[in-house]
Amino acid sequence: MYQTNYVRASSTDDAVAKLDDEAKLLAGGMTLLPTMKQRLASPETLIDLADCGLAGIEDLGDALKIGAMTRHVDVETSEIVAKSIPALAVLAAKIGDRQVRNRGTIGGSIANNDPSACYPSAALALDATIHTNSRDIAADDFFVGMFETALEEDEIITAISFPKPAAAAYAKFPNPASRYAMVGVFVAKGDSVRVTVTGAGEDGVFRHAGLEAALTSSFAPESVEPVTVSGEEMISDMHAASDYRAHLVKEMTRRAVAACGWP
Amino acid sequence: MEKMHVKMNVNGKEVDLLTEPRTLLIHALREELGITGPHVGCSSSHCGACTVDMNGMSVKSCTVFAAQANGAEITTIEGLGSPDALHVLQEMFKEHHGLQCGYCTPGMITRAYRLLQENPNPTEEEVRFGIAGNLCRCTGYQNIVKAILEAAAKMNEIKESA
Repeated sequence: MYQTNYVRASSTDDAVAKLDDEAKLLAGGMTLLPTMKQRLASPETLIDLADCGLAGIEDLGDALKIGAMTRHVDVETSEIVAKSIPALAVLAAKIGDRQVRNRGTIGGSIANNDPSACYPSAALALDATIHTNSRDIAADDFFVGMFETALEEDEIITAISFPKPAAAAYAKFPNPASRYAMVGVFVAKGDSVRVTVTGAGEDGVFRHAGLEAALTSSFAPESVEPVTVSGEEMISDMHAASDYRAHLVKEMTRRAVAACGWP
Repeated sequence: MEKMHVKMNVNGKEVDLLTEPRTLLIHALREELGITGPHVGCSSSHCGACTVDMNGMSVKSCTVFAAQANGAEITTIEGLGSPDALHVLQEMFKEHHGLQCGYCTPGMITRAYRLLQENPNPTEEEVRFGIAGNLCRCTGYQNIVKAILEAAAKMNEIKESA
């Protein structure tokens, strides 16, 4: 590994105090360490958030509050999550592999906003609130673009609150090697239906207005069929052309709705 | 960068390392402690050859800083069995030809060990899902899965007769 320094913060305030332009926050490190090995990031100092008391899952009645340093494996295996938003547990269980899920955190995933990460789609579909050390941010305002969020330089995610939906499901077409989403669709049904897509958008996770409208008027897998999903602003790479991704968006939406069960 | 102390319990032994902050756990184990069971494969958290047990959880030690393991309990393949007293998993890998070149084996067995702690009665599918983070370029996994299933049965027998 390239040269760097390592410190542990004792609280989010302590972490903010230690932050400067050359430092980076370390959560689970499952993206940051490989990124550093590739020299895509070269922080002078890493500030480990492990001792800041940010892990834990809390049932707030109408919402689930998940601490930023909660590991994917803890969401995957939590009885609280399984009971109230099982789609989140399914999503967590499909991230990477067990070793990665033992380290990777929900806060790290949301803060990084990788265009192929799974959690941003859940946060956006469930109309989550991202809590930071200084404010609350609605998911609709949080995910700004590829690897880009509304977080300020000295802002740290402390938890994410997910309102409990009437029904929700996540369908993912994984890249068979990395298990990142080639396309992942999260469908959440409340008063209206929210459909979010990860793995496909050039600007990262996005909501699909056409699919949402069709499913709000009739929540059934066959409602997806007549909707036009354009591949124009979708990622095209060695794994899948944009047209294929557009096709997968519809197919994953159909599967997610089917997994929800419908009236 | 100033060196730092990292205290760990490795295979039941307390160690105190003075190492650079950038040192990865796999390098601390292999180069500073001479524990060469865990291997460096891809060094990009895909292959799982570097898998060790950290506080009762499988981790890829190429993607964890030694500093993050400060205070942790680490178990490597060396802590599971020895040439004179093989672990049941090692016996079964031998019996079922669960290895060819052997490069992935220490990580594979260390992961399988934890998998059977997490789920002592896995189905074939659960075994395959559980070892998804460990790649083998030789065997095609068939015999690895067989070995793990057989080891699970044997370990349960031993538990019952105890």
